[in-house]
Amino acid sequence: MNTHATTRIVGAPVPRKEGVDKLVGRACYVDDIEREGMWYGATVRSTIPRGLIRSIAFDRLIEWSEFTVVTAADIPGENIIQLIIADQPCLADGKVNHCEEPILLLAHPDKHKLREALSGVKIEYDPLPPVFTIEESERQDQIVWGADNLIKSFLLEKGDVDSAWAGAAHIVEGEYRTGAQEHLYIENQGIIAEYSAEEGVTVWGSLQCPYYVFKALRGVFDLPDDKVRVVQTETGGAFGGKEDYPSILASHAALLAKKSGHPVKMVYDRMEDLAATTKRHPARVRHRTALDKDGKLLAIEIHLDTDGGAYATLSSTVLSRATLHSTGPYICPNVRVRAHSWATNHVPYGAFRGFGAPQAVFAMERHMDEIAATLGMDPIELRRKNFLHEGDANATEQLMREPIILDKLLDRALQESDYHAKRLQFARENGRNPIKRGMGIAAFYHGSGFTGSGELYLNSLGGVDVTPEGKVRVLVSNTEFGQGTNTILTQIAAETLGIEYSDVTMAAPDTDMVPNSGPTVASRTSMVVGRLIERACLQLISMLREQASLGATHTREEFFAACERYRAAHGEVSSMCRYEAPPDIYWDDQKYHGEAYGAYAWAIYVAQIAVDTVTYSAEVEGFWAVQEVGRVLHPVLAAGQIEGGVAQGIGYALYEKVVLKEGRMTNNQMTNYIMPTAEDVPPIHVYFEEVPFRYGGFGAKGLGELPHDGPAPAILNAIRDATGVSFNSIPLLPEDLYAGLAASQPVEEPALP
Amino acid sequence: MNANGKANTDAHWPAISFAVNGESRTVNVPPMKRLLDVLREDLHLTGTKEGCGEGECGSCSVRMNDELVNSCLVPVLQAEGAEIQTVEGLALDGELDPLQKAFLESGGAQCGICTPGMLMAAAQLLAHRPHPSEAEIREGLAGNLCRCTGFTRIIESVAAAARATESNPATEPALEQTNHAR
Repeated sequence: MNTHATTRIVGAPVPRKEGVDKLVGRACYVDDIEREGMWYGATVRSTIPRGLIRSIAFDRLIEWSEFTVVTAADIPGENIIQLIIADQPCLADGKVNHCEEPILLLAHPDKHKLREALSGVKIEYDPLPPVFTIEESERQDQIVWGADNLIKSFLLEKGDVDSAWAGAAHIVEGEYRTGAQEHLYIENQGIIAEYSAEEGVTVWGSLQCPYYVFKALRGVFDLPDDKVRVVQTETGGAFGGKEDYPSILASHAALLAKKSGHPVKMVYDRMEDLAATTKRHPARVRHRTALDKDGKLLAIEIHLDTDGGAYATLSSTVLSRATLHSTGPYICPNVRVRAHSWATNHVPYGAFRGFGAPQAVFAMERHMDEIAATLGMDPIELRRKNFLHEGDANATEQLMREPIILDKLLDRALQESDYHAKRLQFARENGRNPIKRGMGIAAFYHGSGFTGSGELYLNSLGGVDVTPEGKVRVLVSNTEFGQGTNTILTQIAAETLGIEYSDVTMAAPDTDMVPNSGPTVASRTSMVVGRLIERACLQLISMLREQASLGATHTREEFFAACERYRAAHGEVSSMCRYEAPPDIYWDDQKYHGEAYGAYAWAIYVAQIAVDTVTYSAEVEGFWAVQEVGRVLHPVLAAGQIEGGVAQGIGYALYEKVVLKEGRMTNNQMTNYIMPTAEDVPPIHVYFEEVPFRYGGFGAKGLGELPHDGPAPAILNAIRDATGVSFNSIPLLPEDLYAGLAASQPVEEPALP
Repeated sequence: MNANGKANTDAHWPAISFAVNGESRTVNVPPMKRLLDVLREDLHLTGTKEGCGEGECGSCSVRMNDELVNSCLVPVLQAEGAEIQTVEGLALDGELDPLQKAFLESGGAQCGICTPGMLMAAAQLLAHRPHPSEAEIREGLAGNLCRCTGFTRIIESVAAAARATESNPATEPALEQTNHAR
């Protein structure tokens, strides 16, 4: 529980642990792996959004005896992908609930023949009426899920909202919408599976959470723990997209492997990956806010609704995080948030960096600028007036015990971006200029780790051991997919043990080798798992001091000599720890009341934008990201996380549109699902203020998801500053800008009521 | 051996010869087979990655006759007689090339899947513009998508590699000072 003022390795820009392998082309991704006698697998998918399967016919011109064909009838265990709610079949059985729902699997030794055979399976349906929007689902004319289409709802209440309206000087309402977003990891989803009666199921693949896949396979195959093995291969980006979907793909590949008797590789191509796998939940957020005459928040009422898609997947937990981030980093005595996730006949939506917070923060921070405009207040001053401070209680009445430095972050953001001078300059220049420039801001927090009692339920186990070859191995199920898990945990172990960075390796992310230290999600690795490794290392040092005569201070050589003495006496050298919650944590899962997160990261983001009123393009000209994420464990990796998240946030705001027609993604190619390129992303200026968190690994809080929360509202606020027109939906494409600006043209700034 | 357990060359296909990373290679494969698949499946050079299969993401970028190409769009017959460089050809005798060193130090690689293509695009750029401006780096990498970094550190890495590879100023046109992103 110290904050480690001086460190040798933590905080230093050590080289990425697996960096050289990635740079010389040696890093081994799933599609780089071949197994002896390997076949390929493919998926026959639903072409309709909802209906009953009437018949399945096989083209007689295809020699089907060469193929392995798997249907739901071949599933040895339960036809369910185990996650939170047991509603999603591994393979559709008689009924489909979304386009691209997997119905039947094929395997063949030749991937070209496999592709031809896919079109030789003819499925006929009796269609049922589908539901495609939140509005249709909440009307409940068609029930497409459960008894009422409602996957999950939350009610968060603080104070007495209903009595606050009468005394308010101002009431401001707004509705905000966010679209689906594709992860667009550059490596598509992929798995290789093998099956034998003796060993059971083994899968290798591109995935975030080995033990989620483990749990799913155990259910689909009805096998005991020792007959299921999941190994993560080098993973080419994930962003939440490889949190839940790999459980489905692994089950499919393993079913084909079992029936064919061959190892089976299934790697999606880009079109299949885009059409069939999860995306960020679309959301509709309605705000009604009461303020006093000085702009202090009196009441916040929010209705937050998401499109969950056809099955529950992670919609409940995404909705939870959206709910808990919906009121922003502000203090307000009266709050009511009603949140619902509605089922539709879309491909199920899932985890994506930010996990509900980007939707909620977009609405809140866009709304703050609308409030400021209504009150005739400076948006900066409105925010400053309502910031949370240490000792305040937030919307769940969590007492903010740690220091909060929002004012300092705001001052720095304004100074680094030259915000005030630029706003004046742009206001002067915009009049005659077809290019209108503006500055926009967003203030927000992001809770680190699992929500509420989530970390206690996870009960993570992790640690280190020392090999006879004199290497310390970090034993965790947390995975590397670019964000820096390997490097950060190695730094923490080397620092704590007083040895060198190169003395520490990561054990293979293989469920036969590593304990369940929880999923690699929710910005929890540095803070929660990092702390676990720090504690395990401290425990190892104590063991060596007490039982192997390690001195009160030691050199690297003395450490390894003590390890060998310990090994001679005890056989092996290892130290494992379980998660321990910080003290005084209280959370009521029913009332949504108490300590929602152990720690929060805080940020102020500023966007400078240029809107071309001839071409209707909006360009982000500069971006300033100022944040407090606890102790920064690695300056280069940390900044890289922020920059990457900001770029994804820019895409979310201005470029990335999932076009859905009749429940089907119609732009499922990189040609027409557009993400920002090196020429679209502006210089991103990143600044950290450090307030070490006592219960995080070396003082770290989570930072991976934070940077996706702020860019979209900052950018749309800047567009309002530039044009005087409010845009409340993202993505905001040139055609949307055109529509909004054209509609506003004849009217001068509307007079205030 | 390829995945089907068959020999990677099949005599009934015409021989196609080219050099990869300075080494002469001959394959007997369907002439319309993608260069990407020939590199990965027949020559076992799996450093070159497939991201989209339609020339948008640049993960499969290789240098061919001093041009940057998307190897997913090149039928192997077009490679007859060509000089090809892939990511495996950058490091010499285990010693990282200045670009690779710069990517390692400046955080230019995160998940690593775009990295081989990005390195090839950067190598192509520096071969023709040894001291590029930031705008030239952005343009040179615009055909290569990275979803992790936001490009900032990749741009820095390329600029750092350019600085590390000092060339004779007399033979280089004067360029404005590179304006770094941070």
